[in-house]
Amino acid sequence: MKKTLSILVQNRPGVLSHVAGLITRRGYNVESIAAGPTENVKITRITLVAAGDEPVLDQIVKQVRKLVDVISVEVMDPESITGELAVVTVSAEGAKRGELINLINILGLTLTDVREDSLTVMAAGQALAVEMALTSLGPFGIKALARTGLVSLTRPTGRQAKEDAP
Amino acid sequence: MPVKNKPTPASKKTQAAKPSQDARPSQDARPRQDAKPKAARPQAPKPAAPAKLDGSKTIVEFMKKAGVEYVFGYPGGAVIPLYDALYGSGLRHVLTRHEQGAIHAADGYARASGRVGVVFATSGPGATNLVTGLATAHMDSVPLVAVTGQVPTTSLGSDSFQEADIYGITIPITKYNYLVKDPRTLPDVLAEAFHLAGSGRPGPVLVDVPKDVQISLIEAGEPKPVDIPGYCESPEPDPAALETLSLALGLSQRPVIYLGGGATIAGVAKDILTLAERLDMAVVATLQAKGTFPDDHPLSLGLPGMHGAKYANLAINESDLIVGLGVRFDDRVVGNVRRFAPMARIAHVDIDPAEIGKRLPVDVAVVGDLRRVLAMLLAKVKMTPRPEWRRRLAELKRLHPMVVPPSQGAIKPQAAIKALSDRCAGEAVLVTDVGQHQMWAAQRFMSNKPRHFLSSGGLGTMGFGLPAAIGAQLARPGVPVALIAGDGGFQMNIQELATIRQYNLPVKIMVINNGCLGMVRQWQQFFFSRRYSETIFEYNPDFAALARVYGLAGRRIEKPSETIDAVAELMDAPGPALLEVVVEREENVLPMIPAGMGQTDFFEAAEEDGQ
Ligand SMILES: Cc1ncc(C[n+]2csc(CCOP(=O)(O)OP(=O)(O)O)c2C)c(N)n1
Ligand SMILES: [Mg+2]
Repeated sequence: MKKTLSILVQNRPGVLSHVAGLITRRGYNVESIAAGPTENVKITRITLVAAGDEPVLDQIVKQVRKLVDVISVEVMDPESITGELAVVTVSAEGAKRGELINLINILGLTLTDVREDSLTVMAAGQALAVEMALTSLGPFGIKALARTGLVSLTRPTGRQAKEDAP
Repeated sequence: MPVKNKPTPASKKTQAAKPSQDARPSQDARPRQDAKPKAARPQAPKPAAPAKLDGSKTIVEFMKKAGVEYVFGYPGGAVIPLYDALYGSGLRHVLTRHEQGAIHAADGYARASGRVGVVFATSGPGATNLVTGLATAHMDSVPLVAVTGQVPTTSLGSDSFQEADIYGITIPITKYNYLVKDPRTLPDVLAEAFHLAGSGRPGPVLVDVPKDVQISLIEAGEPKPVDIPGYCESPEPDPAALETLSLALGLSQRPVIYLGGGATIAGVAKDILTLAERLDMAVVATLQAKGTFPDDHPLSLGLPGMHGAKYANLAINESDLIVGLGVRFDDRVVGNVRRFAPMARIAHVDIDPAEIGKRLPVDVAVVGDLRRVLAMLLAKVKMTPRPEWRRRLAELKRLHPMVVPPSQGAIKPQAAIKALSDRCAGEAVLVTDVGQHQMWAAQRFMSNKPRHFLSSGGLGTMGFGLPAAIGAQLARPGVPVALIAGDGGFQMNIQELATIRQYNLPVKIMVINNGCLGMVRQWQQFFFSRRYSETIFEYNPDFAALARVYGLAGRRIEKPSETIDAVAELMDAPGPALLEVVVEREENVLPMIPAGMGQTDFFEAAEEDGQ
């Protein structure tokens, strides 16, 4: 199974080494790790997707929480807002090219580079949508791929507004 | 989903506005207030301009205020300013003969006293020489603060002379570490470092200070109160879990306390004794807990695990409730997780939430400071005699006694260690090195007081003993300190004999000379058909003569009849002394449960092995 952890850390030099070092030395299985600033300049958010069975995931959470720089660890539930950005170069030769452009339009991906033999697009959005886009592009032949890894926020708890519900 | 924050701290902010060197806050050991005036100040202070100190003086003055008794260290290019600030400062420094010696000495000081040990070293090789010592302290949760010099901030990262990324190197083997690039942060970093080292689950903290930071002037002043948002030194015990534990204790018929280093650190020997006696619980104690429950108590079963007495492991096997107090369920005790205590429910109390469920699933977990947990628990549990269990424990001891094997000519190492134990009568601090002698000492040296048996457990660091004994003797000046070392490990920090002599520390050293790396040789005998690959010393120095060259008293014995008298002479020597005991080469540490096996899988040594 997989868990997404949202980790708030003090923005000190070396903090990423502390987190990344922990993951490698304890042999944890991490699928992605993304770090970036938060609304507070002193705090960085690290989103980490880890795989393993329940006891292992439980250990990861506890060991991460134990790091001195770690302020909190949140285990994200499926309701959270989770997004990702992927940049992908896809083969686009011959007859398949038209089909690919069609797909890109349907999926609403951003075309960022056009070559005779390839197209590069950006897929950004909810994790599931990005995953789906990549799956659909797969058969065309993915030549290069860069992904940011997931970032995730808990859904705010305020009363939902009627007019522009997602 | 609710935000899972760190456990609620008992007190959010530390009251430690003042730095404290104490691992455990206690009345008598609060930091000494600044009694002496600070280092010479300009005669006519300019009005309004705040006093300035350079980084080095800041460090030294901080340590004095924190009540640091001794700094162990070794100078070098990148700490010349720091050592200059030390000069004439009144802060006492112990010059060892190797940085590894310095850090193990600081470690021994910390283990013996419960206070934070302090070590200084220079950049590059000085700093890397601390690595083994940091890892040793980290594994056994020993509070240390290591201050290392570093190349100037302007040269960092350029492979300059004696530059080593000690910050990066020590991330996995410290509780926390710092590279101080901004001199203005130094006071707060020092306050945090001491706080982190000594509080919660203690551990080593490294502070790397570039040379230019050591000489930059900064405004002198009190550090800010330590406030580390995610750090919780004392999680609040969950009352429901405590209730479950006390119910389990009431229902159990064959309870065993599995006592670990956390109990020694928490300073709860009295409470453990009360608990064990009130509930008739058997007590097994790991290497780090030896002495925290008296070895000579009828409920004591001594060491559990690989080299524990049979009765200790059999009692675990028969138990219906194991209560781990400040333990890690590590592989030297719990060789096989699935076969450990098959009939028992397992309860675990620890200050570190990450220890719960790390190696095996537990039925009851209480996260908190043992001191608090035990106080709360003792308020709940009532006197529950278990005569049946006591009878069974006595029977197990009778059926499987720990005997000293009879001599067949040569001195049996167990007999020499027993003689030292008898002579010390529970009064001395015993330090060991690592190997067979360590296990024989753990099995047979009687310890009845906490912090009186010091040994590198988690890391098993050969070369730990001699320097640790130096630190222990400085921490406990009035108390006899004895060291048991093997002929192998003793040579790993043998240079510290000079330190012993220089400071005239009356450490008593017993070298168990079996002419080999005994513990490895034993494994080769048992599991590698006696192929003694590189474990036999074809040359050894004359240890007694060597001691004399270093200015210690030295004696060597080979006959069993000499043992008692020689041990008496050793312990009665007015100053430092060494006794080399030449022992049976192929003696083994038994009983033994091979690695990865269950509590009753005792290795049966073949007849030819004389066991
Ligand atoms: C620094 C270090 N190197 C290697 C080892 C592996 N080791 C464990 S016990 C041992 C033998 C120790 O020999 P000695 O000091 O003579 O003690 P004995 O076992 O003979 O009592 C060795 C080599 C270790 N624990 N530490
Ligand atoms: Mg030996």
